[in-house]
Order: sequence, then structure tokens, then C-alpha cells
Amino acid sequence: MAERPEDLNLPNAVITRIIKEALPDGVNISKEARSAISRAASVFVLYATSCANNFAMKGKRKTLNASDVLSAMEEMEFQRFVTPLKEALEAYRREQKGKKEASEQKKKDKDKKTDSEEQDKSREEDDEDEERLDEEEQNEEEEVDN
Amino acid sequence: MADAAVGKDKCGEQRLVSLPLSRIRVIMKSSPEVSSINQEALVLTAKATELFVQYLATCSYRHGSGKAKKALTYSDLASTAEDSETLQFLTDILPKKILASKYLKMLKEKREEEEEENDGEESDIGEVLA
Repeated sequence: MAERPEDLNLPNAVITRIIKEALPDGVNISKEARSAISRAASVFVLYATSCANNFAMKGKRKTLNASDVLSAMEEMEFQRFVTPLKEALEAYRREQKGKKEASEQKKKDKDKKTDSEEQDKSREEDDEDEERLDEEEQNEEEEVDN
Repeated sequence: MADAAVGKDKCGEQRLVSLPLSRIRVIMKSSPEVSSINQEALVLTAKATELFVQYLATCSYRHGSGKAKKALTYSDLASTAEDSETLQFLTDILPKKILASKYLKMLKEKREEEEEENDGEESDIGEVLA
């Protein structure tokens, strides 16, 4: 394969850490071996993507989804990855659900607070509260996008 | 709160994947015909890549000869790729290395074979011209 631009490489530090955690303590990894594994990982991503994309196209979809990736793993004879990947997917979905619920709850609490305060305060102060609420809502939206 | 599916990182935060999603996405997008990638697919691909790195490292270590010296070398990786059906897709980028002297010898032997064939033809021409 021809040379590739830097962007298609994965960060050395992370790759090295994953290798070290996988191997027994005290094993030395040559620089060449490390660099080769990093390249292999990039090739793996390409191969997996291409495979997953075939499944998406079969399903007449333009967006790759989780099941396409799982099907790709089986196709590539990496069935051993399917179970841990499914577990990771569950964990990820729970995490996303948790984040969403947390931000929705925050919003609810603020709405409640503003309602009870409005009854006591004058109009000027009401405007201030609404401004603050808008700002906070904007902040929350930013978090959800991340 | 340690969970088998969730990785850990130095800050003590629990992280699902260590590889940067932005970089994984760049590589995925460089593949032709891929229009868009759903966030879950991105996370799973990153996770699969981590599993792959672990697999390649441990397989190569066990399979290779570096094990005796408690080291993982390039040749361990190259021979594992060659010998494993699952890892065949890596043989192009992880070619086995040979000594330059051995390669030159192989080239020389090949040329000698070709010359022998040519000699046959030349002598025919020689006879015609003579």
C-alpha cells in the first residue's frame, strides 16, 4: 500500500497503551512492531467500514448503523468481538439515555423553580430570570450535542 | 463502579473507548461510497479496533519467536499475519522481511534461469546467421 497522510493514523500513545495492557508485564515491544500494529489497525477500520457499508447498501440505507458493524465483524471472521461489542453498545445506550434524562430533569426543575418565583417577584425580576433560563438552556443544548 | 464493558483511563473517568472518535471517523470517511455514519456505528468501530489491536498483539506474541526473549517484534507480526486465515488482509502491509543479500541472490538466480532460456533462442539465431 502507498504512503498515507498522518490523519489516517491512530495516536501512538493510545495504541501503545492498548498493546501493553493486552500483553503480560515486562514484555518489550519494538518500535517497528508498534508502528506496524498501528498501521494494521487503520487497515482494519477501512476493511470493517467497507464491509459494514455493504450491509447498509443491502438494506438500502445510506447511513451505517450499529448492526451493520456487527454484521461486518461476523463477515470478517471476528465473531469473537461480537459479544463484547454488544455489551459495549448496551453500555453506550444506557449512558446516552442517562445523559438525556439528566438534562431533561434539570430543565423540569428549573421550570418549576421559575414558576413559583414568578408569583413573588416583580416584572423586572421576571425578565432577568427568563434571560438566565434561556442562557442555561443554550448551555444544555451544547452539552447534548457533544 | 467498574464495569467489564467500560474501559478506564488515567483520570479515573470511565470511558467506553480510548481511541479518538474523530480520528476513526476520518478513516471511515476516506472509504469510497460511505455517505454517513451513525454515532453508534462510530463507537462500535472504535471499540472493535481496540479489540483488534489486543487480538493482534496477543496472537503475534504467542505465535512468534519473540516470546522466548519476552519481546514482540515485527517479524512476529508478519509471520502471524501470513499464518492466520483471519489476518490474511494484513499480509500486504506486513510483508515478511528477508536479508538484502538473500534477495539479491534470488534475483541473480532468476536472471540466470531467464538467460538459459534466452541462450537457447540465441543459438538458433546464431545458426541462421552463420
